[in-house]
Amino acid sequence: MARAITTQRKVIITAAAWAVGLLIFFPIYWTILTSFKTEAQAINDPPLFFNFDWTLENYAIVQERSNYMRYLWNSVIIAGGSTLLGILVAVPAAWSMAFVPSKRTKDILLWMLSTKMLPAVGVLYPISLIFVEFNLLDTRIGLVVVLMLINLPIIVWMLYTYFREIPVDILEAARMDGASLREEILYVLTPMAIPGIASTILLNFILAWNEAFWTLNLTAAQAAPLTAFIASYSSPEGLFFAKLSAASTMAIAPILILGWFSQKQLVRGLTFGAVK
Amino acid sequence: MGRIVLEKVKKSFGDVTVIPPLDLEINDGEFVVFVGPSGCGKSTLLRLIAGLEDVSGGKIEIDGNDATFIPPAKRGLAMVFQSYALYPHMTVRKNIAFPLRMAKLDQAEIDRRVNNAAEVLNLSDYIDRRPGQLSGGQRQRVAIGRAIVREPAAFLFDEPLSNLDAALRVGMRLEISELHKRLKTTMIYVTHDQVEAMTMADKIVVLRAGNIEQVGSPLELYRAPKNLFVAGFIGSPKMNFIEGEEAAKHGAHTIGIRPEHIEVSGDKGAWSGVVGVSEHLGSDTFFHIHETGLAETITVRADGEVDFKHGDRIHLTPREDVIHKFDANGLRIE
Repeated sequence: MARAITTQRKVIITAAAWAVGLLIFFPIYWTILTSFKTEAQAINDPPLFFNFDWTLENYAIVQERSNYMRYLWNSVIIAGGSTLLGILVAVPAAWSMAFVPSKRTKDILLWMLSTKMLPAVGVLYPISLIFVEFNLLDTRIGLVVVLMLINLPIIVWMLYTYFREIPVDILEAARMDGASLREEILYVLTPMAIPGIASTILLNFILAWNEAFWTLNLTAAQAAPLTAFIASYSSPEGLFFAKLSAASTMAIAPILILGWFSQKQLVRGLTFGAVK
Repeated sequence: MGRIVLEKVKKSFGDVTVIPPLDLEINDGEFVVFVGPSGCGKSTLLRLIAGLEDVSGGKIEIDGNDATFIPPAKRGLAMVFQSYALYPHMTVRKNIAFPLRMAKLDQAEIDRRVNNAAEVLNLSDYIDRRPGQLSGGQRQRVAIGRAIVREPAAFLFDEPLSNLDAALRVGMRLEISELHKRLKTTMIYVTHDQVEAMTMADKIVVLRAGNIEQVGSPLELYRAPKNLFVAGFIGSPKMNFIEGEEAAKHGAHTIGIRPEHIEVSGDKGAWSGVVGVSEHLGSDTFFHIHETGLAETITVRADGEVDFKHGDRIHLTPREDVIHKFDANGLRIE
């Protein structure tokens, strides 16, 4: 029997959903709004919602003071590079865990995930030392490797979950049909796992794009990505809210646009396997 | 060519032995059916032959060559899976062409063979569709098409019809038999359905708990089952087993009599009992008879015209010449 849902109930649930959605979106909305205010209006009490003089001066000043394009380019390289490297390492790893598991596979997966439970700052000192030793401080390649390692457990877990959904019969059929391991992964497994791989790439790209702890601690100027760009406008006294907001808006805009266009893919990927 | 010889082939998963060492010979061109209840190791045995599982001991020979450690891709065998295992992202044409592409044949030859297979299997109209757009029977045909294009030494079928509905199953059964008659290639077919085994096989291998209980033609197994297990497994409805005094009269611990070898009569006969459930198939009627004093239930197969009601007391007479006798260990006494 279908559940009877009254109109009243529908209205209440819809309103509640919108309320939660707006609540979650509010900080982003406020940041964007503040970026169009003057510094004085930004800290006005009571807060101003619409009745202020819209201005682009913050953007102009931010553009003048810092080289946005360089930060953006660093972000693209670091997020993209670490994601690609991660996928290259994780696909074979997830393949073996999903299709030729050993007695210890579950333990290894849990152990990998457990590394995410350690506060990042706990390994800051050793990693910094390694960076100094190998001259990796403030280099993109150093950050690509570190961010790849930081996110690798998540990539492997996600791919493992997707691969587990692929019937092993089909891979065995490929084996019977004369496919080598390389051909099996290339022509059968990967095309079937593309939705999963795509959403893993997207999510990991977003995680790497927004990662602030390592990018702030291991870069200075040369390799600094957009997180450092935002940080350079934050001041302890909170004096330049409008400029900070403008910088934040510029930093999140690319990823927001990417997320908007790929939301279908992301939702599908993240709920893949939950509903069969 | 497709002669397959298993010598002392053994398989265990950890401490659990699924298949104790067994020997089996499959001759070129034979249609061999592995049959047995679920969990008897028949699929594992097939997968060992395919190379999808590694043997724990023993030797597998294909056409005289030791294939024990050859990977599945190089054994020259084709397999049809229970789930069909079609490549969902490829069209029917690409699915069928896949093994040929892997064998690096040239495109003209691939096209020729794929079109030929599609025609033989009535798939030409669906050739550019994807598996998701096909019915179960059509998918099964694509899976068979994918197997035949590469002209393998032998076909392996792993319960290929169990996902089809009853009517299609009968049709596909005939098609596969037809295919075997035409190709004359060795086929090894795994099923739990003794009707499929009886109707299709040249040779049936009955398995229980990884052991081969009996190997023989369908009629050999029907007429002279080696033990109680085979006697009970082959034939439908199941053979009736009678122990005690009645068996002792025949000098046996247990006697077996098939439902079709018992005459029913309203007024006279060797045994008597009360009619329980009757199953009317139209052509035949199966009566389940109770209170015979021989066994809990005696099943009888009678002509569809015979009409007894629930609760009627009737009389039964077994055909003496087809009574099977077994000793205390369940082995056949000749």
